[in-house]
Amino acid sequence: MDFLSEVLTWFGEPGRWLGSDGIVPRTMEHLWLATFPMLIAVATALPSGVWLAHRRKGEFAANAIVNVGRAIPSFGLIILAAVFFARAGVSLRFWPAVVALTALAIPPIFTNSYTAIVTVPPQTVEAARGIGYMENEVLWRIEVPVGAPVILTGVRISFIQVLATVPLAAVLSSGGGLGQYVVRGFAQGPAGLVEVFAGALLIALLTLVADWLFSVGERALLPEGVRRLTSADTRAAASVS
Amino acid sequence: MIVAQQIMPLFDWDWIGRNLDTIWARTVEHLALTGVALAVGMVISILLAALALWKPKTYAPITSVTGLLYTIPSLAVFALVAPFVGIGNTTEKFITAEMALIAYTLLILIRNIVTGIRNVPPGVREAAVGMGYRDADRLRRIEFPLALPVIMAGVRIATVTVVGLVTVTSLLGLGGLGFFILDGLRRSIIFPTEIIVGVVLSVVLAAALDLSLLVLGRAMTPWTRRGSI
Repeated sequence: MDFLSEVLTWFGEPGRWLGSDGIVPRTMEHLWLATFPMLIAVATALPSGVWLAHRRKGEFAANAIVNVGRAIPSFGLIILAAVFFARAGVSLRFWPAVVALTALAIPPIFTNSYTAIVTVPPQTVEAARGIGYMENEVLWRIEVPVGAPVILTGVRISFIQVLATVPLAAVLSSGGGLGQYVVRGFAQGPAGLVEVFAGALLIALLTLVADWLFSVGERALLPEGVRRLTSADTRAAASVS
Repeated sequence: MIVAQQIMPLFDWDWIGRNLDTIWARTVEHLALTGVALAVGMVISILLAALALWKPKTYAPITSVTGLLYTIPSLAVFALVAPFVGIGNTTEKFITAEMALIAYTLLILIRNIVTGIRNVPPGVREAAVGMGYRDADRLRRIEFPLALPVIMAGVRIATVTVVGLVTVTSLLGLGGLGFFILDGLRRSIIFPTEIIVGVVLSVVLAAALDLSLLVLGRAMTPWTRRGSI
């Protein structure tokens, strides 16, 4: 039997979809492990990035945080978190991954939120002040809506990164969502390659679908005027290139 | 899989002294995996970027395919390549790892090369044409040097990304410094020293390479420091 038909057989095995180790529960676990850290990261990094940028403070932090974030291997971060949790006697299934993934999710959200506000054209802000907007109105009615596309891009980059890193948490425990199939398969050497491949297909599919859904949702979330602004920008950019 | 709650002391300095040979060997492996990925990635990227600059219509499909490769999680890429290349011996593992690592460099490198060259001011380009530079000469002697800062920025991002990804190849049985991370976890009693050494050295390696490339980039473009452009 050739390799690809073995993979097909794998998908058809009894209990493969709904069983306790099935694809559906593993996908839900995968999504939950990604969503929970994202909620924490959005709730902390987004407002702090926006606020610091509005006050023009912490420019150094905005630059440093993204460089440091890129250099720390996410694989190492998850396992390090596990070491500290194991010392505290906590289960390795959920919390180590949540802490590591939150740390991973923060840099793109923070940096993009910061950049989004800082790069709002100064004449726009001046005009707002000129027609009598108060400080809060400048932030909420000008800077945040105009910066929204860049902020949302940061959230999307973060979400895709987190979704991509969840599978690595499978080395810690029986968790790790769809990554469980891949890690378990690799541990069996060449004999486990069918499961490795099937798991990888599922992970790739989930990530690509999530990326696509997010970019559709992103446009729906933007205020009407800003949406028109950005599509005009993209058209202009497209015609130049 | 690992349910061990038993754990060794947080840091054991002696372990480093006893294992300097292994640490050195794994650092070299890490550098080799990173270097090959960047070198091959750079060659492919230069060719594809040249195509995109020559036939602008190809740029959108090139970036969407490499963007797709970049979006797929690293673990999945290793896993999708592994069955076809094999993971039976070190050579097969190396090729599997490299194919995934190379795939990750392409988007960043191509985008920076193309943007860098396209952003050369049109006036400079016209002046070069006026002085009699033909296409290939103009690209090599005028546009490429002026695009270098942007290209080097891409090389730095790609390098740091690949150094981090190499640690994941430990799941294939390679891993460079990532070997220590996985090995420390998979011992019957978790051994934090080994994990910390793996993570810290990997970060140090990324920072050292990033800094070297920054210095190299500045040395290659002395004019940028005089602010004459």
